[in-house]
Amino acid sequence: MKAKEIRDLIDFISKSGLDEVNIETEEFKIAVKKNSVIQVSAEALPVQTGGEPNLELVNSAQTKDQEIPVLAPIEENSKYVDIKSPMIGTFYRAPNPDVDPFVSEGDYVKIGQTVCIIEAMKLFNEIESEVSGKVVKILVDDSSPVEFDQPLYLVDPS
Amino acid sequence: MFNKILIANRGEIALRIIRTCREMSIKTVAVYSTADRESLHIRFADEAVCIGPAPSSTSYLNIPSIMAAAEITNADAIHPGYGFLSENAEFSRVCEENKIKFIGPSPMMINQIGDKATAKETMSNAGVPVVPGSDGLLDTIKEGLKMAHLVGYPIILKATAGGGGKGMRIVNNDSEFKKAWDSAKMEAGAAFGNDGLYLEKFIEEPRHVEIQIVGDGRGNVSHLSERDCSIQRRHQKLVEETPSPVVTKKLRDIMGAAAVKGASAIKYEGVGTIEFLVDKKGDFYFMEMNTRIQVEHPITEQVTNFDLIKEQIKVAAGEKVTGKNYYPKQFAMECRINAEDPAKNFRPSPGKITTLHIPGGLGVRVDSHVYAGYTIPPNYDSMIAKLIVTADSREECIMRMKRALDEFIVEGVKTTIPFHKKLMDDKVFKSGKFTTKFLDDFDFSSL
Repeated sequence: MKAKEIRDLIDFISKSGLDEVNIETEEFKIAVKKNSVIQVSAEALPVQTGGEPNLELVNSAQTKDQEIPVLAPIEENSKYVDIKSPMIGTFYRAPNPDVDPFVSEGDYVKIGQTVCIIEAMKLFNEIESEVSGKVVKILVDDSSPVEFDQPLYLVDPS
Repeated sequence: MFNKILIANRGEIALRIIRTCREMSIKTVAVYSTADRESLHIRFADEAVCIGPAPSSTSYLNIPSIMAAAEITNADAIHPGYGFLSENAEFSRVCEENKIKFIGPSPMMINQIGDKATAKETMSNAGVPVVPGSDGLLDTIKEGLKMAHLVGYPIILKATAGGGGKGMRIVNNDSEFKKAWDSAKMEAGAAFGNDGLYLEKFIEEPRHVEIQIVGDGRGNVSHLSERDCSIQRRHQKLVEETPSPVVTKKLRDIMGAAAVKGASAIKYEGVGTIEFLVDKKGDFYFMEMNTRIQVEHPITEQVTNFDLIKEQIKVAAGEKVTGKNYYPKQFAMECRINAEDPAKNFRPSPGKITTLHIPGGLGVRVDSHVYAGYTIPPNYDSMIAKLIVTADSREECIMRMKRALDEFIVEGVKTTIPFHKKLMDDKVFKSGKFTTKFLDDFDFSSL
C-alpha cells in the first residue's frame, strides 16, 4: 500500500464516525485506531494469490462527542418499520427479469401482499409483507444475497 | 485444496474448525441463529451469515438454509462438526447434489454405519469381534429365547433404531424374558417409531474404549490409538483419557488392527471412531462406529501431536492416508465443563458469565467459545469448555487437572467444575479401575 493511500485512509477514518478500522488482504494488514490521536500499525504479508480484502469496521458507540453525518438519516427514521427477511437466500424484486418489480419506492403495501422473492437452493419463495404502509426505501439490491432477519424494505406505517 | 469452508455448527467446535482453517489459509464462513449473534466463532470467521431463528430445527438443522448460505458465500466445502447434521445422510446427499464437498462420509456409508444392526454385521464380516447376539432383528419371543440360550445369559434386548439408553432391557433368565420383550418393544416404538429389537450378550462391568481412525476412501486407514470414555452419566461422557488404564501395548495393537481392518474393508473416508466394550478379561467387542469428529478428539491430538481437523480436511480434499499408526507419547485427560448444577441433578444453568478466568500453564489446553460477558443461550447443549491436560504420567495428569480446575473461575452460571474436582480426589478414579457403571454409585450430594 502506498504512502498516499495510507494518508487517504487515515483522512477518511478521522472524518467518519468510526473509531477503528482493520483491513486485511493477501498482501497487507493494516489497523487504524482513533482515540484522540490516530495510531496506525501496518504490516506487509507474504504475497499469495489475489483475493478479496477482509474489511472489518468497528464503530464504538461510547466515545461520540460530535455528529456523525453518515448515520444521521437512519437515526431520524425511528417511526418507520422494516420488512425483514424470513430466510437466507438471494433477493429478487420481481418474479422474473421480464416483469415489473412487485413493489417500488412510494408504493403502498398491505399485510399479506407479496413484496419480493427469496430464492434458496433453486426454490423460489414468495415473501409476504407483515406490515401495511408506504414503502419509503428499498434497502437491498436486486439479485443480492440476504441473511435471516436482514431488513429489506423500510415502510412508513402511518 | 478448498478455498472456502462453511462451518455448519456453533460453539467450541466451530471455533476449533476455524482455527485449523486459518492455519491452512482456507477462508471460513460461520452460520448462526439469532440466539448466537454474540457468539465468538462468528467474530473469528472471515464471513458470517444469519440463517434463522433460535430453535435448532430452524437454523443449525435446517438443510435448505445452510445450503443457501453456502450458495451465497460461494463455499466449496461444508464442515458439519459433531452433532447437528454431522451424521445426517440426507445432508451429505444434498451437498453432493449441489457439488459442495461434505467433509465426512458419503450418504451410503452414513446409512450403513448409522444403523446399528447393519453396522454390526458389516464389522463382523470384516473380521472385527462383535458382541455375540442375533443376526439382525428378532421376529418372535421364541426366536429371542433360543438366541438367549445360544449366547448365554445375561443378555440385553436393544432397539435397532435406539440411542440414549432407550428401548434397552437386561434379561438374566427365561422367566424375565417376556416382560422385558414387551416393555422394550413398547418403549422403542414410542421413542423412535420403530420397535424392532435385536439381542446381545450383556457385557458385565465393561469399559468404553474407542479407537480413533482416519481413512482416505481408497482403503488406506491409519489408527491413532485409544481413548477411554468410561466416566459417563446417563450415557453422556464427562471425562475421557488416553491411554486407557486397561489397554496394554499388546491389546492396543490388536484393537488398533481390528479397527483398521473394519474401516478399510468398507473403504472409509474421513475421521471416524470405533467404539468397543472391553470386559474384565480384556476381551473387546465392537459396539458402534461414529462417522464424525468427536468431542474428545483433543486428547488424542495432545498425545500424538496430530491435528485431526486438518487431516479431516486433507482427506476430504483427496489426499491419501499414509497407513502409519500413531501411539500416545504422553498421557492426556479431558474434563467437559458444562453449565449445569451438579448438586441439583445436573440441571442446566444458562445465563450470563460475569467473570471468567481460564487456566493456563504447561500442559493445559482449553477449547472454549465463552468469554466474560457472554450469555449462554438456553436453546443448545450446555457444554461451555473442554479442559484438556497433558503430562508424563496418569498421576501427573490428575494433579495437573486438579490444579487447572482450581484456577478455572466461572461466575454467573453454575458449572460442573465442583464435580470434576471431587472426581480428581476420588480413590477409585485415581486407581484407574472403574467401569461405565462407576458414576451410578457416585455421591453427588456433597457438591
